[in-house]
Amino acid sequence: MTALAQTWRKVTRRGGAAQTTEASEEVAVTISTVEAPSVEIAPNDPLVAYLQSSGGAVDVESLELESPGVTALREAGVALVVPLISGGELVGTLNLGPRLSDQQYSTDDKRLLDGLAAQAAPALQVAELVQKQAAEARSRERIEQELKVATLIQQNFLPRVLPDLPGWEVAAYYQPAREVGGDFYDLFELPDGQVAVIIGDVTDKGVPAAMVMAAARSLLRASGQRVVSPGEVLERVNDLLCPDIPEKMFVTCLYLVVDPSTGHVRYANAGHNLPYARTADGSMELRAKGMPLGLLPGMKYEEHEAMMSPGDGLLLYSDGVTEAHGAEREMFGTPRLVEHVADPASGDLIDGLLTQLQRFTGADWEQEDDITLVTLCRTLASGVQNGLVTGIDVRFTLPSETGNEREAMQRVLDAIEPLGLEARRVERLGTAVSEAAMNAIEHGNQGRAEIPVEVEVITTGGELIVRIRDVGDGPQATDVESPDIEAKLAGLQKPRGWGLFLIKNMVDEIRVIDADGRHTVELVLQLEGGDGDGSNGA
Amino acid sequence: MAAMALEAHVHTEDSGPVLELVGDVDGRAEEALGDAYTEAGEANAVMLDFHGVSYMNSTGIALIVGLLARARTNGQALSVRGLTPHYREIFEITRLSDFMTIVDEEEGSA
Repeated sequence: MTALAQTWRKVTRRGGAAQTTEASEEVAVTISTVEAPSVEIAPNDPLVAYLQSSGGAVDVESLELESPGVTALREAGVALVVPLISGGELVGTLNLGPRLSDQQYSTDDKRLLDGLAAQAAPALQVAELVQKQAAEARSRERIEQELKVATLIQQNFLPRVLPDLPGWEVAAYYQPAREVGGDFYDLFELPDGQVAVIIGDVTDKGVPAAMVMAAARSLLRASGQRVVSPGEVLERVNDLLCPDIPEKMFVTCLYLVVDPSTGHVRYANAGHNLPYARTADGSMELRAKGMPLGLLPGMKYEEHEAMMSPGDGLLLYSDGVTEAHGAEREMFGTPRLVEHVADPASGDLIDGLLTQLQRFTGADWEQEDDITLVTLCRTLASGVQNGLVTGIDVRFTLPSETGNEREAMQRVLDAIEPLGLEARRVERLGTAVSEAAMNAIEHGNQGRAEIPVEVEVITTGGELIVRIRDVGDGPQATDVESPDIEAKLAGLQKPRGWGLFLIKNMVDEIRVIDADGRHTVELVLQLEGGDGDGSNGA
Repeated sequence: MAAMALEAHVHTEDSGPVLELVGDVDGRAEEALGDAYTEAGEANAVMLDFHGVSYMNSTGIALIVGLLARARTNGQALSVRGLTPHYREIFEITRLSDFMTIVDEEEGSA
């Protein structure tokens, strides 16, 4: 239909009247008389079919056809209509008024006009096709260009490499839809050794979404470096985004802070899909509520905590997965995703899910929205047998400052939690760790904060070993005389000096290793099969 | 189980003064413990109430030894109550329990 409209434009220009019609569903005819009233002929007007089959110029005066088009032509003063037919299709007409000589158009005139029309029609059609294709190419190029820009922005703001976390496997999958959406994810280490994990989705698509995504991601990174509390980070970013974000756009976002040494997770949510963890007991939903970012300033975000044990895996995802449609237009949905997370037999959290998604959507599926998946899996150092956790490998360091022995104790206790040891043994180990760490801080490293105390918690060969290491250039109290309370009460010994004595009584074994200028105390607990109850003097 | 500096409040029960300890019995507790003990005065028997104590370390043990030494000099009897099984074990293996009475639950209170 556009073709016809453009043809009319060319025709009417001959008469000097610059009337054009952009009607898409109607055949528009404009007449070039002085008054030049425009004539519109509906596509279903019998005149169209008549002209298509007329085989040449048609006298309007003598035309016997019940047609609003003919009436209109007559009213407009058109005497002769010459159809322009190309490839059997009416592509336009030449509309002529009465001859200036007031004579009828002769057969010769008509033959001449028909000859002209026969030449003009295909030329018009070709010219028109070329024009149409050029316009389409321009528009396609513009869209491609915009897609390219959006993709570029998006990819530049996604992490190129993921942080290497000992004891963890981190993976991410990102597949933009053809019309790039606003998905993003980020992982970065925080100054205190914890790791921030972010997944988000900006409403809208293309360049605007990519721009907002870039801004949100930068704000999240900047705030995350300054504030550790996930709720507070979201609160700040929301307040910063609100004044600048385009109307009707917002950002959903999930923000987690993971302590890789203990598996402790703190998180807050700004309206994003809830993540699920694959645990020995099935799937676990990490629930948290909060408004998306950029809607209303002054929002507060709930903060929650979770614990990831060795062997657990956490899946963060965007709605491109759950809202993917199958062949019958039904959605993939959250229940299918949860089922996948809950069932280790369904395969790897990312690859297994993508396989299922592919099966669900079928082969010729055109991806509707960006798909983003991020997984954090806490690995097992020495494997897991029948769901029984046996492997732990956690390492961390602490500045040599008095009081940090409490931190060391807590982190070790968090780390061994998956072992499910008897509470009394856990308490004893806690006391031993606290004492050994205090020795390392105050004696080994002489309270010099800049020298770290290194702590390792590992399970190996049926033993749980906690290694506490200092630089060991202070006086070591490895084998002091046993403290004697009577001597102390009598003032023959100093009241202090209980540390090593306590440690020895709290664990199954203590090993002291001095090597390479470093002093290491190994606290050993026998795991099952060993000295089961580990009781000492109680 | 956040770290918390020790607070020691003294009140008197039928058996005598009770030092109610709340917080951590560690190096930072020295002053609070010493002051409270002084406040308890020259009574024949002084009770340490550990119900509010969730953490004690070797420096804390040394402080208790110090109190015991003062009590001996003063001819006072020192008792302790409210110990968790873990800290009771520590009182036993350090033999603090040989020199002070460990009271099982609330039998010593008014």
